[in-house]
Formats: sequence, structure tokens, C-alpha cells
Amino acid sequence: MLIETPKSHDVKESEVTPENVFLNRRELLKGMGFLGAGALLAGASSTARADWFNKEEAIKFKTTALKYQSDSNQNKLVLTPESKVITHNNFYEFGAKKNQPAELAQSFNVKPWQLTISGECDNPITLDHDDLTNMFALEERIYRMRCVEAWSMVVPWVGFSLADLLKKVAPNSSAKYVLFETLYDPKQMPGQADRRLGGGIAYPYVEGLRIDEAMNPLTLMSVGLYGKTLPPQNGAPIRLVVPWKYGFKSIKSIVSIKLVSEQPQTTWHKLAPREYGFYANVNPNHDHPRWSQASERRITSGGLFNRNRIETLPFNGYGEQVAHLYKSMDLSKFY
Amino acid sequence: MRKKLTTSNKVLMLKVAIHLAAFIPLLNLYYLAFLDQLGADPVERVIHFTGIGAFNLLLITLTISPIAKQFKQGYLLQVRRLLGLYAFSYAFLHILNFLAFDLQFAWSLFINEIVKRPYITLGMVAFILLTALAVTSINSVKRKMGKSWQKLHNISYLIVILVAIHFYWSVKSELVAPLFYLLLTGILLAFRYKKIKALISTI
Repeated sequence: MLIETPKSHDVKESEVTPENVFLNRRELLKGMGFLGAGALLAGASSTARADWFNKEEAIKFKTTALKYQSDSNQNKLVLTPESKVITHNNFYEFGAKKNQPAELAQSFNVKPWQLTISGECDNPITLDHDDLTNMFALEERIYRMRCVEAWSMVVPWVGFSLADLLKKVAPNSSAKYVLFETLYDPKQMPGQADRRLGGGIAYPYVEGLRIDEAMNPLTLMSVGLYGKTLPPQNGAPIRLVVPWKYGFKSIKSIVSIKLVSEQPQTTWHKLAPREYGFYANVNPNHDHPRWSQASERRITSGGLFNRNRIETLPFNGYGEQVAHLYKSMDLSKFY
Repeated sequence: MRKKLTTSNKVLMLKVAIHLAAFIPLLNLYYLAFLDQLGADPVERVIHFTGIGAFNLLLITLTISPIAKQFKQGYLLQVRRLLGLYAFSYAFLHILNFLAFDLQFAWSLFINEIVKRPYITLGMVAFILLTALAVTSINSVKRKMGKSWQKLHNISYLIVILVAIHFYWSVKSELVAPLFYLLLTGILLAFRYKKIKALISTI
């Protein structure tokens, strides 16, 4: 039998850095940063602190590859890296901070899912989870995405035209507007259950379009991005993408689409009508009352010193396709 | 055997602790931001971090004198200047981040935003006042100013109110944190109720 006497310079078991701590040393460093004077008190509003040690084992939502016709990217737009598209989200249902949805939405369950299209139409229908990706031929659309907060991305969405879906239900002549609603499920969406986490907006989130906006070929029902089904933080399993409007119009995780005769009251418009209009078309000449909309920061790769401020284009650069929808309208009044 | 800490040792240790707690997070912040390791939008992160950090430091600075009085720990007053100067440094970086990384030195836009957006105007006024306090914190200047030094430095109460409103006004809808900060500001000023009342009556 070998009896070992530990030498004084031997590393004791208790001194070995646990593997998870070692693997997460950057996270720890980041955490320390936020515990420093910089955010002694802000700590109260920073979530997922307890997750540091579990990052590696954390549950991750499973996305699957999609079959679709790809976009040739004629305008040679530089894509925002996937890692940024899926970690920088305004989806208050999973926390009002940009990084929170990616952290708090991973156990979101999208199976089963029901999307009901109803209201002023002849053939109301309900789609289930698999219908969302099987009912229509999917295509990739590389769109600029301009947030009302004056940052933007370029995202390769996968989906189908909302017009194709609406044609299926045959809207009647009273269908003047389309009302969209996000899932209301406080058990799954912590922001709906906790006012502090959910940023104090009303739930369920609702958005709306005029029928001609909804029927425009650019208006996309997205079921995926970067070739795969949507991660929950980006609005799984199905979301709207209206590329010439500010991002908040592009409602996520939709359970209901209703054809209605009156202009609906939409979430942000209700909260602050002076700041967020019903139309919310990207317009460099109409400032948000608290910041300029004349330019934006395009989020691509590159850190702090990335020179990414660019001019904002009317209708986010899609004027050719959509400006005619607003021909006789005063866009400073109908912002 | 334990020696009793002398006051100057206590002050020194506190100062070292303040330097560590205030400076290391900044190094860490800019290191990660530079390497694009600070989330998808490092610009937003550095702006918010330094902004909230400046506010935290300002509040901590204002906590010193009530605590020193309450617990009869007069030596604490000796770290107030250091804390105040860190608050100023964070505020300076906050504005520099906005100008250099967000607006990317679009000076006309910078000026425009200061003039046009009330919450930025307030923040800028607070910063200018804070700068006056930082400059006059130099010992020789302080000595020269005599009694007017204290008068000038009472402006810190106004500064913290401006900053609280600036924060409240800047958010989109998430009011819980700004309201909490407004409450903290109110509490810290309530400790000085008599002094502030006297100050107001002299105006």
C-alpha cells in the first residue's frame, strides 16, 4: 500500500478552481464589473445573476433547419452576425433589457401552438405549430431592421408574405385593419408576471396595420432567421416583420390575427401617443420627442470603436415599394 | 496581537478600497467593450454603465456626511472628495461615450440633442455644475475660496435632483428603477432638511 504524505507545495483539492468557475471566468469578471461601484445599486435590476455558474449547462431552446428559397442580397447588405441578432432583443415579455430575452426565454414552449386568423373574413382558420412552416413555400428575405431607439440591424429572415396568409381567409369589405396579438402566458413569459421585469407596458402586446400595408408584398410573416426556425427571443414560432416601420411594429410570438373595421389601439401608441404613432414609419425628418431619428447606429461586428453611424432613410430605404401607400398623408401628423 | 488602526490608516484603507471598487470595473468595461465582448451593442452598455455608475457614486458621496454624523465617524469625511471625483469621472465618461461612440463625433447633432432634448439638457447642466465642484476641490483653490467654497458645494443637492430627473426622463417605459432612485435621492436630501430649508430661504 502506498501512503502519500502531501508535500507543502502540492495543490490541495480545495485549491483547485472548479471547472465551471474556470470556464466562466469571463462571466465572473463581467459580474464583478456590475457589482463594482459602477452598479452597486443597479444590481437590483440586473437579472440572471444566479445563472453564472450554470451557463454551460443552461437549457437551450432547440431550433431546426428550414427549407427555403434564398435571397441573393442584391444590395450587398452587410448582415448583423447571428450571435448579435439573437442576443440583442426588445421583447419585454422576457425582460426589458436587451440581453434578458436571450437568457430568460430558452425554456419557452412553442409546441403546441395555435395561430387564429379571424374577424372580418369568409374563411377564418387556425394554424398549428407545423402549419406555420409547411403551409407556404418559405423564402429568405434580407431586410434592414430599424429600431425606434435609433439602432439598426440587417437580418436574413425566413418566412412567407402576410398577403398569402390573408388571401387564404378571404377578408370581406369591412376588413380595413389587421390586429395582431402576442401570446399572453405569464407562467412562460416572466415579464408579463412581473412589472419590473416587463418594463411596465400593457399585456398582451398588440399591434396593427392598415389592410393595404398588410397586403404589401414586403410584409413578412417570419418563422425563422439565419436558415433556422426562430429562437424564442426573436419571436418564436411566428412573428411579423414590417421592414419600413420601426421595430416595435413587428410583433412577436403571434397567437391571433384579426381583421377589423376600425384602427386598433396598439401597445406603445396607447402608452405614449406623442412618442409612438400608429403608423411608425421610419422617418428621418420626424424626431422622437426625446431623440433624433435622422441617423442610426448599424449593429454589425466590431466593438466600441466601430464607426457605424449612418443616415436613416425614409421608409428605411423601402420607399420605392411603400411610399405610394401614404401619398396623400401628412407624415408629420400621421407619424 | 492586534494594533488599533489609526485614523489615517483607516482613511488610507478606505481610499484604496474606493479606488479598487471604482476603477477596476471601468478597466473591465472598456476592455470587454473594445473586444466586442459586451453584448451585441457595447455602445449602449458603456453609456448606461457609466451613467448609472455616476449616479450611484453621487448618492454614495451624499451618504457620507449623514453616516459620519450619526455614528460619530468624522474621519469618513476625508474620503468624500475622492468619491465625488469618481462621480465626476464617471459622468465625464458617460458624456464622452455618448459623443464618441454613439454619435461618433457628430458635433452638430451633439449640440442639437443637448439643446432640443430636455432630459439631455438637464443632464448637461448637472455635469457642468459637477465640473465646477471637481475643479474647486483642489486644496489650494478651496483655501482661497474660504467661506464661498461651502456655498458652492451645496450645489451638490441640486445636481443630484437634476440627475434623478434626467434618469427618470430618459427611459422608455421601465420606470421602476428611476422611481427607486428618485426615492433614494429624496431620502438623502431629507437628512439635510433643515440645511436645505435655510438655503432656500436665502435665495
